[in-house]
Amino acid sequence: MHSDRAPLGLKIAAGLGLAFMHLPILLIFVYAFTTEDKSYQWPPPGFTLKWFAVTWERTDVWEALALSLKVASISTVIALILGTLCAAAVSRTKFFGREAISLLVILPIALPGIITGISLRSAFNLADIPFSFWTIVLGHATFCVVVVYNNAVARFRRVSGSLVEASMDLGANSFQTFRYVILPNISTALLAGGMLAFALSFDEVIVTTFTAGQQQTLPIWMLEELVRPRQRPVTNVVAMIVVIVTFLPILGAYYLTRGTDTVAGQGK
Amino acid sequence: MTSAIRLSGVSRHYGAVKAVDNIDLDIAEGEFFAMLGPSGSGKTTTLRLIAGFERPTVGEIHIYGEVAQGIPPYKRPVNTVFQDYALFPHLNVRDNVAYGLMVAGVPKFARHRSANDALEMVALGAYGSRKPSELSGGQRQRVALARALVNNPKALLLDEPLGALDLKLREQMQEELKALQRSLGITFVFVTHDQGEALSMADRVAVFNEGRIVQIGTPEDIYYRPISPFVADFVGSSNVLPPKLVASLLGREVYGSLRPEAVYLSDQGHAALITSVSFLGAATRVSMAVSDVAMTMLLPKGATIPKVDDIVQVNWEASDLHLMFAP
Repeated sequence: MHSDRAPLGLKIAAGLGLAFMHLPILLIFVYAFTTEDKSYQWPPPGFTLKWFAVTWERTDVWEALALSLKVASISTVIALILGTLCAAAVSRTKFFGREAISLLVILPIALPGIITGISLRSAFNLADIPFSFWTIVLGHATFCVVVVYNNAVARFRRVSGSLVEASMDLGANSFQTFRYVILPNISTALLAGGMLAFALSFDEVIVTTFTAGQQQTLPIWMLEELVRPRQRPVTNVVAMIVVIVTFLPILGAYYLTRGTDTVAGQGK
Repeated sequence: MTSAIRLSGVSRHYGAVKAVDNIDLDIAEGEFFAMLGPSGSGKTTTLRLIAGFERPTVGEIHIYGEVAQGIPPYKRPVNTVFQDYALFPHLNVRDNVAYGLMVAGVPKFARHRSANDALEMVALGAYGSRKPSELSGGQRQRVALARALVNNPKALLLDEPLGALDLKLREQMQEELKALQRSLGITFVFVTHDQGEALSMADRVAVFNEGRIVQIGTPEDIYYRPISPFVADFVGSSNVLPPKLVASLLGREVYGSLRPEAVYLSDQGHAALITSVSFLGAATRVSMAVSDVAMTMLLPKGATIPKVDDIVQVNWEASDLHLMFAP
């Protein structure tokens, strides 16, 4: 039939669109190998691997990377706990203001990061909380919770309520029911939500700018490096690492939630 | 007769809705008790009150002499077979059946042996390693039954367990459930909206309507001596005679009920205009209008069958006309 194949024009347009989105990323990879270190010169005058060695030697990179990993891990753990609890409450019980709470939980991801950042900063100032590792974690947790909550709430709705009742009926207390019935049915959703949360936190700039003190997470460090050019290609090497570190969990999350169309707990 | 489950003045209200309204119930040990009623009549809520998934707004529930209030579902000596079976999709059939024993801390070997025995009992011994999604509706039903019974409950609660099965399977399961109850000797409390199911299986039936129990009795009581027009109508298509007609026959202005099989063609009696005739196999059901009241009769095989629009004479024995004094 004539509608099976897209016309050539549409194919070209789609190809150009994809190229527009992804070529700049490739460019960053290319500059990681350039011999010119003051400015981004195209085409690169020469190629070298020395920047990988230089990056390896730079302690500030390691510190920033360690901080980012720590912040992302702890934000993710907080998000997993709070997001799951919140999803359980919203999908399992009916109470006054349930819809409002559901909306309020999702709001931080809809709000521009700069609003979240400014409001958190002024709140920390008002409460006289010094900026520290934990203020960064707190800032990140606001949007990480949303990602976990969204994943968990969708899965909770598909785990039929009678499974929980069946478990209680068969002698399992609340903890056993969670451990043996709920957790196995929502685990892939939690893993996917956790991975997304980790990736979001790992490359977050805006909220971090407002909630960090002297510490630099990896994205903040990169921003600083661009402002004062010194061994510029080091930034590109780090950028490559960031792309790889964030891409893997997102890919993982995609494969985990794919193919779970069959509803858990469909009785009939 | 020891009381297995006793409800005294139990109500469950959701705001202004009285799902269960002031129910008194006394189910004996070893009894096969059916709760029959249309959807929304409160029968399932009553079952959930016994299981512990709902709390009574007022009233007391005793299970084997012990007050049930404040005792969570997982500590009650009853088990439920759910309407949608509620099998755990992530566990295989054997682990589903063994679940109650697992959370009770029974070692793996012992609980698997018990689970296998329970599966044998419901003729699914070879299916232990399957996932619930690989079973048919009837097989899931049996797994749910085995999963409940493996815990040796004092009473088994069944919430419309046969509702999702096709007619043939349903009839087969009715007989099996009845045989199972007899051999185990435990109390069965069975919720259904199918009057045939309730009458054929139960020792006693409670008929529910609008959150209340309208009548409790043996299947014969309910069938031949309905207490109100609702019971007569709901339990198997009795003819409900309005008070005016009963008054013209017996001089008392109350509702009367008349089984369709008690009506017969006669040389003298009441004029009836035939409105439809359906052949049922063993009998023929004839719908007609007697003094503007819609009635049906069942004519046995071999009887002369009138045609639609015929006007015939029908009659019944006075003793077959049952008077209903409840509104």
